Amino acid sequence: MKFGMQAIIVGFFAFLALLGAGFAADAAFRAHAYVLFLLLATGTIFLLKAEVGEGRTVSIFGASDDGPYDDGVIRAGVIATAFWGVVGFLVGVVVAAQLAFPHLNFEPWLNFGRVRPLHTSAVIFAFGGNALIATSFYVVQRTSRARLFGGSLAWWVFWGYQIFIALAATGYLLGITEGREYAEPEWYVDLFLTVVWVAYLVVYLGTILKRNEPHIYVANWFYLAFIVTVALLHVVNNLSVPVSFLGAKSYSVFSGVQDALTQWWYGHNAVGFFLTAGFLGMMYYFVPKQANRPVYSYRLSIIHFWSLIFLYIWAGPHHLHYTALPDWAQTLGMVFSIMLWMPSWGGMINGLMTLSGAWDKLRTDPVIRMMILAVAFYGMSTFEGPMMSIKTVNSLSHYTDWTIGHVHSGALGWNGMITFGALYYLFPRLWNRDGLYSLRLVSWHFWLATIGIVIYAASMWVSGITQGLMWREFDAQGYLVYSFAETVAALHPYYLMRLVGGLLYLSGALVMAYNLAQTVRGAKSVPTAAGVVAAE
Amino acid sequence: MADREIDELTGTPTTGHTWDGIKELDTPMPRWWLWTFYATILFALVYVILYPAIPLVSRATNGVLGWSSRDAVRTEIATAQAAQTAYRDQIANASMDQIIANPELLQFATRAGRSAFLVNCVQCHGSGAQGSVGYPNLQDDDWLWGGSPEQIRTTIAHGIRSEDPATHMSVMPAFGHDGILKQDQIVNVSAYVMTLSGLTPRFGVTSEGATVFADNCASCHGVDGGGKQDVGAPSLKDAIWLRSPDQNAIIAQINNPKMGVMPAWEPRLGPVAVKELAAYVYSLGGGTATAASQ
Repeated sequence: MKFGMQAIIVGFFAFLALLGAGFAADAAFRAHAYVLFLLLATGTIFLLKAEVGEGRTVSIFGASDDGPYDDGVIRAGVIATAFWGVVGFLVGVVVAAQLAFPHLNFEPWLNFGRVRPLHTSAVIFAFGGNALIATSFYVVQRTSRARLFGGSLAWWVFWGYQIFIALAATGYLLGITEGREYAEPEWYVDLFLTVVWVAYLVVYLGTILKRNEPHIYVANWFYLAFIVTVALLHVVNNLSVPVSFLGAKSYSVFSGVQDALTQWWYGHNAVGFFLTAGFLGMMYYFVPKQANRPVYSYRLSIIHFWSLIFLYIWAGPHHLHYTALPDWAQTLGMVFSIMLWMPSWGGMINGLMTLSGAWDKLRTDPVIRMMILAVAFYGMSTFEGPMMSIKTVNSLSHYTDWTIGHVHSGALGWNGMITFGALYYLFPRLWNRDGLYSLRLVSWHFWLATIGIVIYAASMWVSGITQGLMWREFDAQGYLVYSFAETVAALHPYYLMRLVGGLLYLSGALVMAYNLAQTVRGAKSVPTAAGVVAAE
Repeated sequence: MADREIDELTGTPTTGHTWDGIKELDTPMPRWWLWTFYATILFALVYVILYPAIPLVSRATNGVLGWSSRDAVRTEIATAQAAQTAYRDQIANASMDQIIANPELLQFATRAGRSAFLVNCVQCHGSGAQGSVGYPNLQDDDWLWGGSPEQIRTTIAHGIRSEDPATHMSVMPAFGHDGILKQDQIVNVSAYVMTLSGLTPRFGVTSEGATVFADNCASCHGVDGGGKQDVGAPSLKDAIWLRSPDQNAIIAQINNPKMGVMPAWEPRLGPVAVKELAAYVYSLGGGTATAASQ
């Protein structure tokens, strides 16, 4: 009787999806409803099998939750993180190849315009989002000494989020989009995500409220700021009016420059609260745990937390410098971005200096090395960001590949590496293994990823500055020197280098996936003579 | 909070809290961090006073400097235009031949023309003006509508088969599609056309094609196939092909011709820019000295 109710609920929604397909107002909505129906029907079948089959499927994620904490959903979450990471990086390599070789655009489903949001959403929301949900569930239980609130609600959050990812991804390829960067899914997927996100907030906040610790640990401040603010951003930016309740298309309630500002208020704070605050929560737990050292400064953590979340929310207008946005809003976007520099670096200091007194671990432990490199990249990109928000710098960097380089040093360096570190920390513990399958492979992953990021970021810096300078190059008579096509041709070598960087990063992630899978299987690599240093 | 435990490695007291084994040191905030933070706040305050920043009820503060991005760009454009005015005025009042004869003016006009070309023309004619299938190469001396500076200017200004009343207009009949010629006649004339430029046809009777050509094609393309620039009929004698020298492609063109279109640029860019474009295209090297060549 464990899964009977769930099977009925999911089956009911599968039926609704089928009705949606039958009565759809347009072909895109119909195709999407069929996708949803297939997903939910498959889910129903699995639930029914689990109901009949004595809970055999419950154990696919390892030991069940007899321990003090709910870890089953976290096991599912870390597997999903690793899986979506590899998928997202692979799609990234594909779009990089499409930019270098336009013939690789396959119309209509696999052209750059559709595959690019697939890449960004896969890495930010599928990889990053699963990492945040899984680690937040892990961290909140341990630092609150309480099981997750809401029983199986956490599982609904997990599967609901995966369905959101599947709907978003298939929607992009079908050409269903709101055309808002990082918020491309249409109105019905947005509504569904809102429900899932509120459930996530309930589980998380409920767990904090029933904690057995007197104080709330700093990691939880950051996770909570992330969950609450992302809910706010998501709802406001996606306010729109559907053309039909059974159709895919909707129109934003905002228009013109207000619409642009709302979008970049959202877009910038997706970076600020999803990719910064959320991942700082991750950093504040896993770095001290892996280093086995106290957090460097409690006072710094308070001040940088409050200043970070207060200042970040105002910085969005720096995405609209030199546009129709009024000057005063541009000014505020710039000065808030500059004031954000030190609050961001507070997190870097607390991460790096947590190693004070234990710097030797950088030499002996590849996992801590990965985490510290992540924090270093965090520091670098949070310096670069305020610098690029300065209007004169922005007039060169905006719309160029420099921006792409900037996001990727943050995303690959900071978000990717800190997540890899957390995964290496979590897998042996979640499956009760003595340690990782191979630390040597962690070192391989570290170097592949690091070299990949450096090649990626450096080639995009050169490419972006080249592009910016060529666009603004005037001759003595006051006329533009280059055509747009000439600037594109000049960038080709850097696009090839970027592709190489992406391939290295992807291969590092594949090494990780293998290492983690072997860890789950309980395998242990034979230490070779080549100096494998044991962890702890 | 009571027990202020001291961390051995750093000698710093902890806050006394513990979460899942994690403790926190009570290290003061780094001074350099704090002072840099203050400095950025100070910078922000000063900047907000100097520049437009604070939204009020119906408008925002202008800032002490009175700077606005719209004024800034207006000034910048005005300065740039002022620097060019002298030349642009001369170009406006000069004929193409006068522009060509004045080296200083010609240099300015070709630079300006190149800039306009890179924005408006490269999409069809290519960034090197080398053309592509159906779009003429502007580097060679094979001209559809004439290659003198004034002829080039006229073509650019009014376009080809455009909506401009003074546009170049000519239509090649759809000989096959409209049933003017029979299929074997079309095949034969395609064979003849190929021999004009020294190519060897794969099929068709050349001698019969010559008759068809004389009766149907010579009026526009010339008795010898040399083309006529006043009707935009390409020369069929040279080795330069607007589309393809393949015999099937030639047959298709005779059957149901594709005819190129170019917008009239003068309504869009103004007479000065059109002269500048003409000077640039002329400077590519294929232009003819005078209009007498037709």
